[in-house]
Amino acid sequence: MNWETVIGLEVHVQLATKTKIFSAASTSFGATPNTQACAIHLAMPGTLPVLNKQAVNYAIMFGLAIDAEICQESVFERKNYFYPDLPKGYQTTQLEKPIVGRGSVTIQLADGTEKAIGIHHAHLEEDAGKSTHEGDLPYGMSGVDLNRAGTPLIEIVSEPDMRSAEEAIAFAKKLHSIVTSIKICDGEMSQGSMRFDVNVSVRPAGSSALGTRTETKNLNSYKFMEEAIEREVERQIDLIEDGGTVAQETRLYNGDTKVAKSMRSKEEANDYRYFPCPDLLPVLVSDEAIEELRRALPELPDARQKRFVSQYVLSDYDSEIIASDSNMSAFFETVAKDSSNAKLAANWVMGELSGALNTAGLSFIESPVTAQQLAGMVVRISDNSISGKMAKQVFEAMWQGEGNADEIIQAKGLKQVSDSGALEKIVAEVLDGNPAMVEDFINTDESKRKKKLGGFMGQIMKASKGQANPQQVNQILLQKLNALL
Amino acid sequence: MHNYTIAKLIKGLQNKEFSSVELTQHFLDRISQLNDDYNAVITVTSEQALSAAALADQRLANGDAPAMCGVPILHKDIFCTNGVRTSCGSKMLDNFVPPYDATVVENFARDGAVMLGKTNMDEFAMGSSNETSFYGPVKNPWATDSVPGGSSGGSAAAIAARLAPGATATDTGGSIRQPAALCGISGLKPTYGRVSRWGMIAFASSLDQAGPMARTAEDCAIMLNCMASFDEKDSTSVNQSVPDYTASLGNSIKGLKIGIPKEYFSEGLDPGTEIAVRKALADLEAQGAQLVKISLPNSHLSVPAYYVIAPAEASANLSRFDGVKYGYRCENPKDLQDMYCRSRTEGFGEEVQRRILIGTYCLSAGYYDAYYGKAQQVRQLIQQDFSDAFKSVDLIMGPTCPSPAFKFGAKGDDPVAMYLEDIYTIATNLAGLPGMSVPCGMVEEKPVGLQIIGNYFDEARMLNVAHQFQQITNWHNQAPEAVQ
Amino acid sequence: MTIERKEIEKLATLSRLAIDEKTIADVTGRLSSVLALVDQLQSANTESLQEISRPFHTSQRLRDDQVDETDQRDAFQAIAPQTHNGLFTVPKMIE
Repeated sequence: MNWETVIGLEVHVQLATKTKIFSAASTSFGATPNTQACAIHLAMPGTLPVLNKQAVNYAIMFGLAIDAEICQESVFERKNYFYPDLPKGYQTTQLEKPIVGRGSVTIQLADGTEKAIGIHHAHLEEDAGKSTHEGDLPYGMSGVDLNRAGTPLIEIVSEPDMRSAEEAIAFAKKLHSIVTSIKICDGEMSQGSMRFDVNVSVRPAGSSALGTRTETKNLNSYKFMEEAIEREVERQIDLIEDGGTVAQETRLYNGDTKVAKSMRSKEEANDYRYFPCPDLLPVLVSDEAIEELRRALPELPDARQKRFVSQYVLSDYDSEIIASDSNMSAFFETVAKDSSNAKLAANWVMGELSGALNTAGLSFIESPVTAQQLAGMVVRISDNSISGKMAKQVFEAMWQGEGNADEIIQAKGLKQVSDSGALEKIVAEVLDGNPAMVEDFINTDESKRKKKLGGFMGQIMKASKGQANPQQVNQILLQKLNALL
Repeated sequence: MHNYTIAKLIKGLQNKEFSSVELTQHFLDRISQLNDDYNAVITVTSEQALSAAALADQRLANGDAPAMCGVPILHKDIFCTNGVRTSCGSKMLDNFVPPYDATVVENFARDGAVMLGKTNMDEFAMGSSNETSFYGPVKNPWATDSVPGGSSGGSAAAIAARLAPGATATDTGGSIRQPAALCGISGLKPTYGRVSRWGMIAFASSLDQAGPMARTAEDCAIMLNCMASFDEKDSTSVNQSVPDYTASLGNSIKGLKIGIPKEYFSEGLDPGTEIAVRKALADLEAQGAQLVKISLPNSHLSVPAYYVIAPAEASANLSRFDGVKYGYRCENPKDLQDMYCRSRTEGFGEEVQRRILIGTYCLSAGYYDAYYGKAQQVRQLIQQDFSDAFKSVDLIMGPTCPSPAFKFGAKGDDPVAMYLEDIYTIATNLAGLPGMSVPCGMVEEKPVGLQIIGNYFDEARMLNVAHQFQQITNWHNQAPEAVQ
Repeated sequence: MTIERKEIEKLATLSRLAIDEKTIADVTGRLSSVLALVDQLQSANTESLQEISRPFHTSQRLRDDQVDETDQRDAFQAIAPQTHNGLFTVPKMIE
């Protein structure tokens, strides 16, 4: 039988606020355990929450970015369950009246097609703390660090609109691109800034009824997400084809061991007893406040991609790649403007620079080569001062902090020779010095002569110490050889 | 000195008739002599009180004394006090010493009041008799075989026994007014949002409100001046200016329209109590007030609505007591669930556990709409009753409780009988309205309270009429023989 | 409405309370009488009414996003039942 996969995502996005959702404690990552756990988020008796304005604004900005309805009266509720990383014994979240209503996100697939993925809603909530079970702890004990407790999150809940791991990853990447472009999240997946819960079910192809789904929780990389989906789809199909049924359950996928397992222990007697939180009033948002945020909303990746095509005449492919990353986009635009050569700027940003950053584990913001420096180098390629090959040397030197392009070109004596008189002289010397090669060229069949040019080029570049302008040399060489025929 | 009102103590301190250190020592002595009889105070902060008193004396000498400078008071043990155990009457918090102050505590410190200690209370404020405290029951100074009322029974009994001239208290369903009535003192529950809830351990967040207890309405006004404030740390605190509640105490009550709800004088009301309350109303009428018959038709639904909403909120509010961050943790837990269950079962008393179970039930899947959803709708009906009434009257009056103080164990086996003790007080909490109780008579040598219900933020008018009542009556000056 | 013993057990599990065998019957009886009381609510006509959870319908106040808390770990952990190297410790959680 043919099976169709149905996937829905719940995405937790940590908002890039300075302080927690209900207190003025810092949210910075990696602090010493429990030094950012204030009285409110430790749930000390008598403490009360006051809502962070920036968290509300960021949630609204996300809603505007996906063209969703903004709920002008949203309500926080308490979700009750006991867990040591949940200090109050309930999570303050939204259920019946979330701040962001229905919206939609368009994804681009590898074959060039587009698909709209529905967003059911997005709501504001607080993150939990972290538990550790290993390391220096008394025997049989776990440790609880509540620094992360109270970090503001939006949970984005998609419709079950995805049909493959590829679509799910494209959707996840698109959300990453959107939330980083509007700067409501730092996008640092390795620090847990975006975490994905994946709902997967399968059904016979052509069926419209949904199968029983499982939820795999807390995936924090695209790779793990892809693996987890593929394994889960396979597991469900095998199960059904062997006559079994899929149980609705929560699962955990371990990316290191590649093993997924059911979290049945946590599932027993789940009844979250949601009710409106009496310590918080309804969050009212005025039309004016929404319009103000709309006006200030940074450019979205789709708009940026279209602009790159029209403004810089980039290809769809190049513009798509650059526009999906807001930092890369900003870098590219500086290089393009300062160098007046967008195509070359795009090639260098996407190619050499991206590669080097990736290897070094750095972001565009942390790039050791500044956009201005790269632009300076692109200018020298454009005006034929240096060849592409030399440019790689220049780039390497800039990366090592040896200065800007012109300084390096001078210091290394890399200037390309484009003076036609000088080049003619070099070409003539090489031809004179290699009569056998010339003879061979003349005797070669016309259709195959082109292949023979490489040998001459090598000699010429060697004679010019690599500084000859290759395009010009090519022209002069052809002229001179043709004249001998 | 212990028979002086706060107003008189402030004058005496300012006129240097006595120092705050003398005054404080006097009350500390009374606590050490008399508290064993009543169990009203569970923590005494003598050293801290005497050094605060010395500081107050300096400020009085320098002439920069704030409103309550040097006046000793007690705080209900539900308010967090920096460095001083805050137990909420529970074994769960028997070892809990908060590193922060409640806003109410800060406000009194700002105004120079001297904290003598913390008062006993029903565990987590759940009770109407003060029998549920981990520290044992409080005894009513008027009759030590009877309850003082609850949950602020320790504060009420302490004032009745002249262990302090004033005390803080909280009211979720009557916990200020009912013990004030049963102990023959004055107590005011302000409008919800008037006094900050920051640092006050939550029972039912949408109903809890702190207020003053003292012997007279004037003293309550002085204390409310200090307690009431807008607090950014409490999202439900209302940003509205605080009037000087003492300024209007002398106003005439001529022409004042007082609504008398027929539902507050129905069966179940003790005849002696009814006589006392009707006499008080007649006294006010004689002063020129107009009595108007009104109806609050949904009154009978307030107790059922309350016993859904309060336990539901409490069930979540008390989840933080899990043995992880502070408070009681059981010995040698065998695993995580065992730690949770035993810490909570050993740390909470029976009534608290019962209310957590009821609240959990009312919120659980399949019952939410029938209970919690319905109760919130009923709450709106009750609110509507009051807003209709306030279209034609200025204040509403009736009995505070159905009968005077009952004997220990009298309502022991039936939680519902105990819950009906708050039948006249609960509706104001559901509606968020201010309510007050002042002594208005004696039945079988036990005090009876007159309840005054005002419109939102109309505390000044309530205090005014209560003060005027106390100008023509002497109930508030009576004291149990043993403590005179 | 009366309440079944099994339901009490479920409520106790959800609330993390351990009700011992001796008191379970007693608790069941008492809860049933409270539920009989709150069942009076069902007689109220509440059609066309909204649920309210607060007396005044005002808007949630919003706080500026400025850090205004300092590290008080030592003060907080001084009153914790058990800590180790700055972590609150609990019996091992099963993953």
